[in-house]
Parts: sequence; C-alpha cells; structure tokens
Amino acid sequence: MGKNMLKKENRIFKNLYNEFGWDIENSLKRDDWKDTKDLIHKGREWIINEVKTSELRGRGGAGFSTGLKWSFAPKEVGSRPHYLVINADESEPGTCKDRDILRFEPQKLIEGCLIAGYAVNAHVCYIYIRGEYLNEGKRLQEAINQAYGKNFLGKNACGSGWDFDIHIHYGAGAYICGEETALLESIEGNKGQPRLKPPFPALVGLYGCPTIVNNVETVAVVPTILRRGGKWFASIGRPKNTGTKIFCISGNVNAPCNVEEEMGIPLKDLIEKHAGGVVGGWDNLQAVIPGGSSMPLLPKKVCDTLTMDFDSLIENKSGLGTAGVVVINKDQDIVECMARIARFYKHESCGQCTPCREGSGWMWRILDRVVKRKATFSDIDLLSDVTKQIEGHTICAFGEGSAWPVQGLLRHFRKEVESRCREEPLIKKKLNNPYLVDQHLLENKNA
Amino acid sequence: MSVKKVYDKQPKEFKFSDENLKKVEEILKRYPKKNKKSAVMPLLYLAQRQNDNWIPLAAMKYIANYLAMPYISVYEVATFYTMYNLAPVGKHFIQVCTTTPCLLRGADKIVKLCKENISPNENEISKKGNCSWMEVECLGACVSAPMVQINDDYYEDLDEKSTKEILISLIKDKPLKPGSYRGRKNTSPEKISIINGEKHA
Repeated sequence: MGKNMLKKENRIFKNLYNEFGWDIENSLKRDDWKDTKDLIHKGREWIINEVKTSELRGRGGAGFSTGLKWSFAPKEVGSRPHYLVINADESEPGTCKDRDILRFEPQKLIEGCLIAGYAVNAHVCYIYIRGEYLNEGKRLQEAINQAYGKNFLGKNACGSGWDFDIHIHYGAGAYICGEETALLESIEGNKGQPRLKPPFPALVGLYGCPTIVNNVETVAVVPTILRRGGKWFASIGRPKNTGTKIFCISGNVNAPCNVEEEMGIPLKDLIEKHAGGVVGGWDNLQAVIPGGSSMPLLPKKVCDTLTMDFDSLIENKSGLGTAGVVVINKDQDIVECMARIARFYKHESCGQCTPCREGSGWMWRILDRVVKRKATFSDIDLLSDVTKQIEGHTICAFGEGSAWPVQGLLRHFRKEVESRCREEPLIKKKLNNPYLVDQHLLENKNA
Repeated sequence: MSVKKVYDKQPKEFKFSDENLKKVEEILKRYPKKNKKSAVMPLLYLAQRQNDNWIPLAAMKYIANYLAMPYISVYEVATFYTMYNLAPVGKHFIQVCTTTPCLLRGADKIVKLCKENISPNENEISKKGNCSWMEVECLGACVSAPMVQINDDYYEDLDEKSTKEILISLIKDKPLKPGSYRGRKNTSPEKISIINGEKHA
C-alpha cells in the first residue's frame, strides 16, 4: 500500500458494494442517523462552518465549495419557501458512482438531505434521478419510506423540530438536465434548457424560490463529516482538495470498478491497485480521460506521475470533474473514441444556443471524416476553430464540456489526427466530398 | 439534438385507467398546488406504461387538458426527452449503450448481434418474437460495460456469448435475469491474482 492509500476506518461508504445490506436496519448499524438530532441542534451556522472547515468541494463536476454554496441561501425565509434539490441525474460518460449510493447507501443521502435542508432553511427536497435509473429510484423510495417509518422524515423530522419531506422526480434521458438550471426547468415541467445566470438558483431557483442544488455524493458525505468533524475530513488529501472520493474506473482495465479513495491518489496506483491494471500492462496505456467525458484526455506521459485531485488536474489542463476515469489503451483508435464522445455531445445538446447546437454537430462530422480518412489537413484547423467558437459562447458549461475533449485530442494527439488526413482532394480529383454543402442533409442521416 | 418520429397511426382517444388516475392524484401532491405543470413528466411516464410503452398524441392532449397547460408545451416535453417513445417499440425493448466507455469494451459487437438477431435497423419490431432495439447514449453503468437496458432492467458485464443468449431468450419471450453476466458482486473490483508479477486486489 502506498502512502496515499485510504485507510479502512476513513472510508465513508462502507456499503458501496452492498456487502452488508442497504436497508435501514443495516444502515443504522453503520452509524447512519446517529445523533442526527444533536447535530441539527448545534445550529445552521455550526453546520455550515463545519462543512467549510472540511473544505468539501462539490462532487458533481464543478468542484465548488459546498459550505460557501450553502451560505448563499438567504439567512431568513421571506415570502418564498426555500428548496433543496439533489442532482442524481448522473449521465456523464464514465461516471456511475451516484448509482451505487442510491442503491446501497440511500440512508446516507437521506440523512444528508435533512441536514442540508435544515442548513439552507428548506422544508422540501426534490431528488432528480435520471429516468434510466428506475430501479435505483424505486430502491431510494423504499429507503425514504423506511425513514418516514422511523419518523426520521416528515413532521418534526428525527426529533429535530424541523419538518422535512423528500420527493423523487424522474428525468427522461436528457444529459443536459444534469446542469442545475436545466434540472430546475425540468422539475417545473419544461424542456431541460439551462437558464442564464445570474440570478443564481440560491436566490431565484425552483419556482422562482431560493434553491440549493447539490450532487448526491456531496450531500451523502455531510453526515459523516459532521459526526467526525470537518478537521478529520480536511486531514485527508491535501489543502483545498480534501477528503475521500468515489472513483469510477472504466475502459481498458482488467477489473473495472468503483472505489472510494483518498483525494490526490496517484492515477497509476488507482488503476493498478484497484482496477487490476491496464489491459496489456502500463506501457500499453495510450490515454486517460480523468473526470468524465467533458474533461480533456491526458496522454501516458502525463499519467505516469499524475495525482487525482481538482487542482493538480487543472494544472495539467484537464479536470477532476466527476472522477470517472476512462482508460484507453494502445489497442484503441483514439480518434474514434473521441469522435464517439463528440457524437454524444451532438446528440445531447439541448439546442438553445447556436454555437453549441451547430458546433457540436460540426465537431462530430469533422472527427467522423478523420476516422474514415476522408478529412484534409485544413479540416484540423477548422476543427480547432470550431471548438474555440463554442467555448465561452454558450449559456451553460455544456459548450466547454463538448469543446474541451476535442481540444485535448488536438493538444496531445495532433500527430495521430494528422496521420489520418490527406491533402485537399478537390484540387486533385473530384470526390463526392460533402463538406462544402449543407452536409447535414446528406450522408449522416441523423445529423 | 435527437430526432424523434411521431407514429403515423394514432389512436383517436386516450384516458387514464382508474388505477392510474389514483396514481396521478398521488403525484400531484408532490408539487405545490399552483405548479401542477411539474407533474407533466411523471404523467407522460404513466401514459407510456398504460399504452404499451409508447405515447400517442391523444395522451399528450389528455395530459395537457388535465394539467391545464397548452398542448404544445406537453408536446415539447415529450419530444425533448429521449425516454418518451412516440412510436411503438417491442415488448422487449433493448437499449444498447454505445458511448465511449462501453465502446472501449466491445459495445459495437452487441450492436452487431442486435442487427443479426433482432432486426437489421434500429426501432424495427423483430419478425420473430416481439422485440426492438436502439442505440442510446451513456446509461451510467460504465464500470459494468458493455451493458444494455432491457425495458427497466440493466444487463451488465456482457460479452458476445451472454448477449446472444439474452437476445434469444427475449425472442422466446422468456427473458433471462438482469444483473452482471460475469458473476461479480455489483461494482466491486474483481480478484485478479497476479498483475505485472505483483499481487494486488
């Protein structure tokens, strides 16, 4: 075990693989709902300060300070009620951590909801689960019913004097609803198209009321942080990048898995000690997408020494995102992998902003041409140009999320891309090359 | 953006069954009284379940009426979200995840098997049995790749052999059980005794 490996007693999600039973009786044995009433009675300020001390950063992708976010909710409830909304619309390719929390550690999430709800003055919480997780949602509903049965929820929840209700709202297969304002639109019964910010949801959110939106994992770790102390959480990892994190390791590894580890673990340890190593050995590694498909990929030479936390990945021009680690070995065509991701973004763009709606299609079509070896060298510059025209020109971060992976490909694998391109074909001979016309009307029938 | 086709043979009428009407009342309780519109997504799901897994236009009109919202707003929602089927699908509806993490582990082989065993094209009801299939984007079970969703259930850790067995079981209308097809416990790391000459896991 390296010095960065998480000690067993510091694990928060002890039932990540359902070895001990997910139901409330077994959860109680694992200290869920222990002294929750006392924690709440210590007051809002104490809770928020303790979360600030822990330096917990949101686990949904952006990594914003959770304590700070909670402190943005108005201190007094005015004419409008406050809401807590949990984002369980886990759809980032490479990520499947929240699914295991919903299935196997639901009480941690429910207890976290009560505490977070109290901290931000909310009596009602909506948990937005992606529609495909129907069975996970049913499980969570069962767990919520069990919590109501023990009076942990409802009127005077857990004896705290705070009334608190949780409702589940299912999505229906739109990736964009993971964006917090699109998610709110979706709960309100609209198409999931993001809103302009400001105003931020903390002031004008669900039904125009102050709303705090948190990821499942973020809220689920809060009860443990409060019980063991913000300082305990902050002692794991390194400053500003503290605590434990569930990593999802998928792709070309021998034993893909979810695992809770210390923030800042070396990527190589993560892959070799938990996921059984890269298929074909470490030297067969081509690239890693470190934080779900929106984060730029990194080539092997960066991966050799990379540590997995927010700031170290930003230094390497990528990001921790959701910590969905997708491993790509040398047996794969890297351009094809990224073209598939571009197709994902083309499919999932909500269509609200022109640069993203049109640009995501352009990126996919150009990469598709590269894969089919029909692209020219000038296409590469065109591709690069398109990514720059999307980035920063859209309402939500989807624009960046779709452009960054392509920029990452061009940054680290430009030679690979060039090797699949050729000189301008129209000069030499007349090919039926559709890229000078409205090619979405041709060839690619779904474009 | 996804493109969805509305079925050309539409039933004239749609009504919720009495049982579903009770469910609707329960659903409406979740949202503030003045925000009934929030129930449009759960109601569309109910309509889809009641109508053999697809939503006719009559159901959208019915729901619009029920929630006192414009028909076009319901239509907008039903066409925006990919999980609402606007045309009939098979009794066994197979959704194959083909996004990169699944692709890396052979999702293309599963697509090929679907083409061979179910129907040559997506969203076509099979000649034998009552199945249809389509490619979908990430289903959020990446460490269990490749995987497919059949109706509500996830079938994980597939390979060509197990996929073929599952598909044949669907055609015979005796579906195999969901879950991992490599006998693993959920998403835990599998025991691999020797990697690079060292013992791990």
